[in-house]
Amino acid sequence: MEARLRTVLPDQELLRLYEQMFVSREFEERCAEQYTKGHITGFLHLYSGQEAVAVGATAGLHRDDYILSAYREHAQAIVRGAEPRRVMAELFGKATGICKGKGGSMHLFDPSINFMGGYAIVGGQFPISVGLAFAASYRGEDRIAACFFGDGAVNQGTFHESLNWAQLWQLPVLFICENNFYGIGTEVHRSSALASIHKRTCGYDIPSEKVDGMDVIAVYRAVKYAAEKVRESGRPYFIEATTYRFRGHSMADPAKYRSAAENEMWKARDPLPNYAKRLIEEDIATRETLDAIEARCRKTVDEAVKFAEESPWPEDSAVWEDIYV
Amino acid sequence: MSEMTYRDALNLALKEEMRRDASVFVLGEDVALYEGSFKVTRGLLAEFGEERVKDTPISENTIIGVSVGAAMGGLRPVAELMTVNFALLAMDQIINHMAKIRSMFGGQAFLPMTIRMPGGGGSQLGAQHSQSLETYFMHCPGMYVLYPATPADAKGLLKSAIRNNNPVIFLEHELLYNSKGEVPEDPEYSIPIGKADVKRPGEDVTIVAYARMTILALETAEELAKDGISCEVLDLRSLAPLDEAAILASVRKTGRAVVIEECWRTCGLGGEITSRIYENCFDILKAPVKRVSGLDVPMPYSRKIEKICIPQPEDIRRAVMDVMSGEY
Repeated sequence: MEARLRTVLPDQELLRLYEQMFVSREFEERCAEQYTKGHITGFLHLYSGQEAVAVGATAGLHRDDYILSAYREHAQAIVRGAEPRRVMAELFGKATGICKGKGGSMHLFDPSINFMGGYAIVGGQFPISVGLAFAASYRGEDRIAACFFGDGAVNQGTFHESLNWAQLWQLPVLFICENNFYGIGTEVHRSSALASIHKRTCGYDIPSEKVDGMDVIAVYRAVKYAAEKVRESGRPYFIEATTYRFRGHSMADPAKYRSAAENEMWKARDPLPNYAKRLIEEDIATRETLDAIEARCRKTVDEAVKFAEESPWPEDSAVWEDIYV
Repeated sequence: MSEMTYRDALNLALKEEMRRDASVFVLGEDVALYEGSFKVTRGLLAEFGEERVKDTPISENTIIGVSVGAAMGGLRPVAELMTVNFALLAMDQIINHMAKIRSMFGGQAFLPMTIRMPGGGGSQLGAQHSQSLETYFMHCPGMYVLYPATPADAKGLLKSAIRNNNPVIFLEHELLYNSKGEVPEDPEYSIPIGKADVKRPGEDVTIVAYARMTILALETAEELAKDGISCEVLDLRSLAPLDEAAILASVRKTGRAVVIEECWRTCGLGGEITSRIYENCFDILKAPVKRVSGLDVPMPYSRKIEKICIPQPEDIRRAVMDVMSGEY
């Protein structure tokens, strides 16, 4: 039985979740368009379909908590507070980008909002999250490290090393697995001996749970509960959010390994229209309210694209900058 | 000044920096209770406690990743990898993460971390425990690589590494741990990163060396002096950044160069140094540059044949004589 939305969060917060999901989707779809136009180059991994995870999880964390992610991280950065126009400028490779055009789509970073990076080596962010949690604990800071990763990353050595380490040293790390069921084109049961990923933590005695990653409220509640557990105990916790990417692994992937029936099944569970329906059914918003939110999001992304287009390229001299302190 | 071993000089540097700065902590396999495989961390647990002297699981890649995260979070980690050979398990975090983070995140982060790694050959430890991998690290921008030859340099460079706000690979030679030398007692004494040191001035030929090769070069230079050959021994100390100016200045003075490297010859750092000498000093060279290198083989165990694989004083002597005679 689903909880009534108003028992979970105030109206304004509920609407904010919708706005964050919508702006994420809009941002990604415009990225695809800009990639097709040749304005965005390199690898581009889009998040469309998975919005409920980033939005619900971020809402369940404190602003001081660290967030780390992999290379499908535009939404995590934006939802945490990165300026969409500076993220778009980064994707365009412009000097005004959030990493001055040095990072690109896979390497967003903004320490002013405790977004500690997108990492493009699968599993690279696990030990770094543990290290940030150690620093917080060492310095007596009241914050935890939330580490996002995909189902493919759980077969890396760093996954096991970091789970063991976080539990051994009793560190406040919240591991959040976004299980979209595919590591590029390899389905999870073809890469994991134990396909039920949250069960893997029993070897380290780390509590874990599985949550519907297409339901922003379910993700929010699970992460809020888990984050408080981590904060109180100073120990790790593990969440597996099952979700689906509506596009291929990257813009280079037509995703022919997935059946039309499977796609349709997941599209019917699209977190945006389903959540919009609940907001209307529970009298939290009218269709007009949501239309206004959506228009605002489109305007934000329009402005982001315009800003990125009009921004200057980095100077050639920038290649020698920011390598050493 | 007081006489101490290379090991004790490193140990003192760690203690002084930990006393000076509470954000410095030490982590690694067997560094706390066991006091380090080579005993460089002796006494640290007793003085600084479990919060700052951390035994870790045997998870090299994660030792470095945790250090990266801790550095990003405001601490100053000093990680020990039990030997440089095990750094190969951590190359993902070293090369793909540690060395990239500042640049790829647009200068918004810095990583004040040091990774200590004992290494080098000559102890009959076989192919997997005898490697000289300094060139692997030098090749990658985004981090510094230091490799001291003497106790004084060991202390001064380690202190600089810990205080520096960039990631530093700090190599230590296993056969130098018991070597002794005079070390300044001033706790503010340090050696600047990126500065080579003329360990012995000379007129006829420059010997460019580092770490244990510097010690062998000095021994050889002493012998050659008896034959009337004056060698200048330049100890690199800092492999990255490389003190190119010091190398070129010395070679311009002597007009001849022998470059010694303990690592494998192919793509070894001696090739890089030789190339820079040729590019900049070709017009004044009195003889072709000569390299003395480790052999391009996996290290054999038997001491009789292991010796052949590592540069020896007689190899250095022969190279100097060749350069002096102009014969190749």
